[in-house]
Amino acid sequence: MSAKVGTPLFYSPLSYLRIALITFIARRLLFALVLLAAVSLFTYLLFALLPTDPAALTCGKNCKPELIEANRVRLGYDKPIHEQYFQFVKGIFTGRTYGTGDIAFTCPAPSLGYSFNQHECVSSLIGKTFPVTAFLSLGAFILWMLLGVGTGTLAALHRGKWQDRLTSVITSIGVSLPTFYVGLLVLFSVVIWLQWLPFPHYASPSENLHDFLTAMILPWITLAVLSAASYTRITRNGVLEAMNEDFVRFGVAKGLKNRTVIRKYVLRAALIPIVTIAGLDFAALLGGAIVTESVFSLPGMGRLAIRSVTDSDLPVLVGTTLVAAVFIVMANTIVDIIYGILDPRVRLK
Amino acid sequence: MTSEVLLEGKELIKYFPHGSKGIFGKPDGFVQAVDGVNIILRKGQTLGIVGESGCGKSTLARVLTRLIDPTSGSIFLEGQDITKVNGKELQVLRRDIQMIFQDPYSSLNPRHSVGEIIATPMRIQKILPKGSEKLRVQELMELVGLNPEHYNRYPHEFSGGQRQRIGIARALALNPKVIVADEPVSALDVSIQAQILNLLEQLQHDLGLSYVFIAHDLSVVRHIADEVAVMYLGKVVELARPDALYSAPSHPYSKALLSAVPSATPRSSHMHSRIVLQGDVPSPINPPNGCRFAARCWKAKDSCIAQEPSLQSHGEIPDENVGLVACHFPEISN
Amino acid sequence: MNNVRLLSVENLNVEFSTSDGVVHAVNDVSFSVHSGKTLGIVGESGSGKSVTASSILKLNTGITASTSGSILFNGKNILGVDDKAIRAIRGSEIAMIFQDPLSALNPYYTIGSQIIEAYKVHHKGVKKKEARKIALEMLHRVGIPNPEARIDEYPHQFSGGMRQRIVIATALINSPKLLIADEPTTALDVTVQAQILDLMKDIQRENGMAIILITHDLGVVAETCDDVAVMYGGRIVEKASVQELFVTPTHPYSFGLLGAVRSLDNSARGELQTIAGSPPSLLNLPSGCSFLPRCSYADASRQQCASFVPPLQNVLPTNSLSACHLRAEALNVLKIKEPS
Repeated sequence: MSAKVGTPLFYSPLSYLRIALITFIARRLLFALVLLAAVSLFTYLLFALLPTDPAALTCGKNCKPELIEANRVRLGYDKPIHEQYFQFVKGIFTGRTYGTGDIAFTCPAPSLGYSFNQHECVSSLIGKTFPVTAFLSLGAFILWMLLGVGTGTLAALHRGKWQDRLTSVITSIGVSLPTFYVGLLVLFSVVIWLQWLPFPHYASPSENLHDFLTAMILPWITLAVLSAASYTRITRNGVLEAMNEDFVRFGVAKGLKNRTVIRKYVLRAALIPIVTIAGLDFAALLGGAIVTESVFSLPGMGRLAIRSVTDSDLPVLVGTTLVAAVFIVMANTIVDIIYGILDPRVRLK
Repeated sequence: MTSEVLLEGKELIKYFPHGSKGIFGKPDGFVQAVDGVNIILRKGQTLGIVGESGCGKSTLARVLTRLIDPTSGSIFLEGQDITKVNGKELQVLRRDIQMIFQDPYSSLNPRHSVGEIIATPMRIQKILPKGSEKLRVQELMELVGLNPEHYNRYPHEFSGGQRQRIGIARALALNPKVIVADEPVSALDVSIQAQILNLLEQLQHDLGLSYVFIAHDLSVVRHIADEVAVMYLGKVVELARPDALYSAPSHPYSKALLSAVPSATPRSSHMHSRIVLQGDVPSPINPPNGCRFAARCWKAKDSCIAQEPSLQSHGEIPDENVGLVACHFPEISN
Repeated sequence: MNNVRLLSVENLNVEFSTSDGVVHAVNDVSFSVHSGKTLGIVGESGSGKSVTASSILKLNTGITASTSGSILFNGKNILGVDDKAIRAIRGSEIAMIFQDPLSALNPYYTIGSQIIEAYKVHHKGVKKKEARKIALEMLHRVGIPNPEARIDEYPHQFSGGMRQRIVIATALINSPKLLIADEPTTALDVTVQAQILDLMKDIQRENGMAIILITHDLGVVAETCDDVAVMYGGRIVEKASVQELFVTPTHPYSFGLLGAVRSLDNSARGELQTIAGSPPSLLNLPSGCSFLPRCSYADASRQQCASFVPPLQNVLPTNSLSACHLRAEALNVLKIKEPS
């Protein structure tokens, strides 16, 4: 829409653009908060409605009914469901103390519950496992973006030539390989057969950088292969589509260098949809790369979640699910905001 | 003009919410796409609707066919109020009103054979034709000038003109009473346009169809219509028979629109004074008060901004539905 | 300045290899353009008119296109120059504008930055401030109201007509000698089309540039062009001045096209004059005249028409050239009636 009639003079077009961007971001953030509240409620209810009695899971076999009841009261499972949810949410902000007197124990804020199986606060379990998953995701993400966008652009620019055909063959194989298969394949070939690397044993990077890198390199490759293949395809198609745009032809007709046209005209248009998908893929990975972490025995959030499922460890299950959901919502919001910054048509209707 | 009224729109209004500023995203205005339109289609006739992009002609078509609901106003088909018809009744109504679209390339499913495309409306409506479905489809193909043996071919094997014929055959499958054609020839080459227009006229003659024909191309509408409505910013500004409209337009906008059409006669042999309108069509979001054309009109006076002209007859002998113009200072002919 | 032969295209052929076979998009096309004049290239979709235009700036790149013939611009063969030399010509001596103003501007940058970019690429070392001043002048010239306030807006904030004005401003920022306009008004409404055509003519009158106007609309040709080339099936079938084409068309395809347009323009109801059939596929053009399958005049000479492609030649005692085997007497008989 054009500037309205009677706009005061100091209201310059540039400040108008900035205000539009700020309200746009504010609106996205507000929406994200509402969404997070809804997600937490939904997740909590979903697990609370499971037929499993959470109190019965707190002690092993031959458990006395009195003990179960005592635990039920201690953990607050005797209260009606809305109160349980309220306590849960309150715990996130203030921390939570279970029981009274000697046997009381406290999970500091942000508390996501207490795991009886592992005798630890859920938040501290997640706190320990999350860095592993984060390093894994970040490394794989960087690797696949570089590989995928790079080869995709290259293939598009050499459309129909051998570079393009080769890429197309490799990506067809790449997208059809399941993660567990790639994982086992590289593990077997590099570690067991070629013996180039020792069996991965995770160490934190501050502790032992060499061990950290040798443990991470194979999982990174494993995770990156599949995504890189599909990002190559998306990028190639995006670049080809953008190259057909009239404004790209107009850019060439202006006398711009090919390099300039590709950078300012083609890639800008082609990468915007990729940002969206990449943000969501990365967030999904942060929630736990279950298969890769299992194959390479990495102590990450994915394995924590899997273990909580096999052990019926409800508090951990709720906690990990919720954290994963938070990442997705956050990524969505960030992607929307980036999208708005990259594409003026989104923020300035 | 004695033929009976088939389709009628009364005081039709369609507003679309527009934009959302501020954190809570309330719409900051409404696009007044169609704003108080009265329109009548008579049996066996063609009502042409012309206007430039954004004038509301396509929205009007979709309101009339009940593809979208009007914000207010009512629609009558053969005297029956169909404004509120819903569910199963609406599905039955759809048989009577069919549409032909502009783009023959994107309005046909590329994965379906021509036979399937033409048969789809019959399948959805569960109308089993006499004889076999295939026979009926081939009969329709023949009717629109396609080779019935091409029954199993796919849309990409046909040229643009042939694809538009497929679209027409599909629209005819349910023996509709009204066909709303939204820019049916504007994507086609000139030599093909004429073929499709001839076909549409032939079909009207043979099957007694009634058309609402929407186009931005004035000569196409002139050729096919019995009556033409000129739209500007959501309003009908002139409603007249094509001969009268094209030889002596009454509304200044109609006059400007007609004079802007380049004629296929070289410069020196016709020196008509062309009226080149200044500026753009104002935004339909907050259209100007009074006459919507006043800001660009060379005849506008204060009264045009103060009071909106209504669509009425200015002739010596008022004819009920012909020769209506919404202008305080219409061009007087003769 | 007028009547200097600025560009001459000789025996231009453009082919694309596709998975379905070789598309013969442009076949043996020759024409020339003079300073201060407008040449119209008219034809229906698939006639090769747009490909011809793009070849002049070597925009038909990609490995599948092969071009032969010569395109002489100011005596220099464009088809022979290297990438760097053609870039120096693009946008500076020859500019091009496209059909759809809605997609011709990069949606991610302000209109100002796009015009300035077009200026700076041919004026290295010019300060941004100065380039901006020149861009503002140009926006003012093409009729953008209040350019100072709008130069920092994005393309989607403008109407279609305004965007085509911005495209024209960008194309003309370096005062090119030749403007190639590929269907510049097809996507616009008629009243806006009239504004844009007027603007182009005004600027031509001021700076004496030549224009190649590619269009399917004979009305636009009649109102804006000096000379016309009618294309069909990748070939020029008739070359004439506007007067000659509209008064004494010499090719049956031109007859048909004019007939279809005029019967639409003039008759109220009744059957429209059409050209039966549809245009040929550029994948396998017939060996003879490609219009033959649709031609209703070729009875006597049919065998000749089917065996070889008619060359462009003088048919009437005028300057117009027609690629038709029919002789003048036959054509005079078949001449379409002028509308009263």
